[in-house]
Amino acid sequence: MRLRTPLALLGAAVLVLAGPPLLSAGSDEDTGTRIPGLRLMVPNTPGGGYDITARTAAKDAKEAGLTHGIEVFNLPGAGGTVGLSRLVSEHGNGRLAMSMGLGVVGAARSNHAPKTLADTTPIARLTEEQDVVVVARNSPYRTIDELVGAWKEAPGKVPVGGGSSPGGPDHLAPMLMARAAGITPGSVNYIPFDGGGELLASILGNKVGFGVSGVGEYLDQIRAGELRVLAVTGPERVPDLADVPTLRESGYDVDFTNWRGLVAPPGLSDAERGKLIRFAEELHDSPEWRRSMERNGWDDAFLPGEEFGAFLKAEDRRVVSVLKELGL
Amino acid sequence: MNALDSLLNGFGTALTPVNVLWAAVGVLLGTAIGVLPGIGPAMAVALLLPVTYGLDPVAAFIMFAGIYYGAMFGGSTTSILLNTPGESAAVVAAMEGHPMAKAGRGAQALAAAAIGHFTGGMVGTILLVALAPTVAHLAVDIGAPDYFAIMVLAFIAVTSVLGSSRIRGLASLLIGLTIGLVGLDQMTGQQRLTFGALQLADGVDVVIVAVGLFAIGEALWVAAHLRRRPADPIPVGRPWLGRGDVRRTWKPWLRGPFIGFPFGAIPAGGAEIPTFLSYVTEKRLSRHKDEWGKGAIEGVAGPESAASASAAGTLVSMLTLGLPTTAVAAVMLAAFQQYGIQPGPLLFDREPELVWGLIASLFVGMVLLLALNLPLAPVWAKLLRIPRPYLYAGIMFFAAIGAYAVGGEPIDLVILLVIGLIGFGMRRYGLPVLPAVIGVVLGPNAEQQMRRALQISDGAVTGLVNTPFAVTVYAVIALMLAAPGLRRLAGAVRGRRRESRREGGADA
Repeated sequence: MRLRTPLALLGAAVLVLAGPPLLSAGSDEDTGTRIPGLRLMVPNTPGGGYDITARTAAKDAKEAGLTHGIEVFNLPGAGGTVGLSRLVSEHGNGRLAMSMGLGVVGAARSNHAPKTLADTTPIARLTEEQDVVVVARNSPYRTIDELVGAWKEAPGKVPVGGGSSPGGPDHLAPMLMARAAGITPGSVNYIPFDGGGELLASILGNKVGFGVSGVGEYLDQIRAGELRVLAVTGPERVPDLADVPTLRESGYDVDFTNWRGLVAPPGLSDAERGKLIRFAEELHDSPEWRRSMERNGWDDAFLPGEEFGAFLKAEDRRVVSVLKELGL
Repeated sequence: MNALDSLLNGFGTALTPVNVLWAAVGVLLGTAIGVLPGIGPAMAVALLLPVTYGLDPVAAFIMFAGIYYGAMFGGSTTSILLNTPGESAAVVAAMEGHPMAKAGRGAQALAAAAIGHFTGGMVGTILLVALAPTVAHLAVDIGAPDYFAIMVLAFIAVTSVLGSSRIRGLASLLIGLTIGLVGLDQMTGQQRLTFGALQLADGVDVVIVAVGLFAIGEALWVAAHLRRRPADPIPVGRPWLGRGDVRRTWKPWLRGPFIGFPFGAIPAGGAEIPTFLSYVTEKRLSRHKDEWGKGAIEGVAGPESAASASAAGTLVSMLTLGLPTTAVAAVMLAAFQQYGIQPGPLLFDREPELVWGLIASLFVGMVLLLALNLPLAPVWAKLLRIPRPYLYAGIMFFAAIGAYAVGGEPIDLVILLVIGLIGFGMRRYGLPVLPAVIGVVLGPNAEQQMRRALQISDGAVTGLVNTPFAVTVYAVIALMLAAPGLRRLAGAVRGRRRESRREGGADA
């Protein structure tokens, strides 16, 4: 009798926590483009980039009436390769997709993972985001040329901070930049930070020479004038930062954009694969998704099915070439 | 005064019935989540994100803040009662809290923790209001050499919790450091001690280590001895804090925030290290040193207060710099972005209603949490009346759920069991468990910060001592190390003088 209260509380807690996932996994009719019981795997922790992409997609798909609700779950580990192995092992499961991006391509290579993205079924590339080269307001470097000049003179004395481990997007961008500027990538002093928090502090405090990060992450600090952007890494200027040159305009032949998309397990039938691709297409065409992209500052980079597969291969080759040069 | 006006306006926002309701929902959920091992506040906020899309941002963030603080409150409950920390900040609470619970003082331990959280949260939030802009800018100046200096300080402090036998304590610390080595090397991406298993690449979560060493180790130990001894249920004593308890705890309650708050605000701080530091500080300052390890109430009050204050510190960096210093802050930051709000230097000007409403709701949430947890303390404590075989079966069950919930990987259960066996072995040979857990937390942090500092200085060793902050910390460490020697020296000099005086007197 005396145990009733704590037990009831525990029971309530279990209901509250287990309820939503169980309910959202409820079955609905298998009609049209609907994929009942579709689950989205996020190969990194809650709050990360793939997580936000997946949760936003799930919510928008539901609101646009594409499905009855998609369960999003996290399986973090080793830069996404734990999730990748799990996805590949779900051979023939047409009700599972993984939210991923360039970081997973790099992690699969740098971790020498037994499974690569070539083992998955590509569904679609959804969004892309350029990287920015930023320094603190009171940094001695005013232009990208000043920075590269100092960098060339003593690569070790100009540490580069990035938010990803070796092989990830923030690591690849400065390596490509170094290569284009005639600096051996091996001599670049790259310092990895977990996530954006510590990195931002290190850039603001001038602990690192410069930082490389996704454009959306530091937009507010840039607008507030605390960070100065020296260049963007993509092929075109970013609308929000119209007066910032691209690396190519500045004379460094770099075309680098971070992207995110969806892949599915291998061994799907054509019908299952087509359904997932159609789902991605409808999501992409929905006004809800359009609004979400705008709100999050993502650029539309929709590329479905086979073409996405070819793009994945090209990105993989690029990652391998950089990593090989670094001896990783 | 401007901040005070804004805060009053914030109370206007936070005290509307609807927002009080959301705060209540948040703290209830948070407490429940904190009580369940494994599901931390970060996971909870992430799970609830889609649910809150329909709410306006103010209500959503009031709820998130409630969850965050609620989980901090709830995390210590299982730590104290079941020796099963629900999240890493609550690990230290088990050290003194669980022996108290076993001695029939579970309700007092829970009350000390709850009031500790309340004081810590209150003082922390007041500091947040008063110091937010200043602290935020100082936080940016803290770099890798400074962190490493703090880690060295923490390592030195750890030696005071090594227990009666130094060699056993150091062995335990080494076990922890070794477990901490498992995983990808952050700087180069090399795998260490993973035996090729990708699941081990991110290392072993400290919650799994703590639950394995504390709960599983203990359950195995009890199981191994239960046959020989009759299984008495654990006594449940008086439900309330006595006057003696309050006299011993009020100082730790008030000291905790000043350790916890700064750690929350700096980017690589978090809540674990300040709880350790508070524990060793209280141990040093305690007048009842003989009780430590057997249930000293100061060892619950101080660390819990520090944990709550660090949560307030976390909000400082998140709101003013857009700088997430913990996983929860990272998820909340993502949530802000979902609403099209970018936390950062402009947030206070752009969204005053949201920010001050959120801060005011922290005070409201704290009062709600105290009102919820204090009466519950004796009720929770009665859980221990369950006969031991069932109680430990329940502990094993929740420990397993917790370990599985951390990563959703079956291999975590195997790791949990292996670490449980290590914990059993450590008990068998009298090795204290706390240094191992501290090793798991401090080891990887210290290594990473040291290597980062050296990398930034391009390999020059002076890179470790080139900031005033780091030099100050090393000076403090030098003083701490020299203090016993100096005291002895001073004592010896005084003794000799007295002797010589006596001799002089004899001569005369």
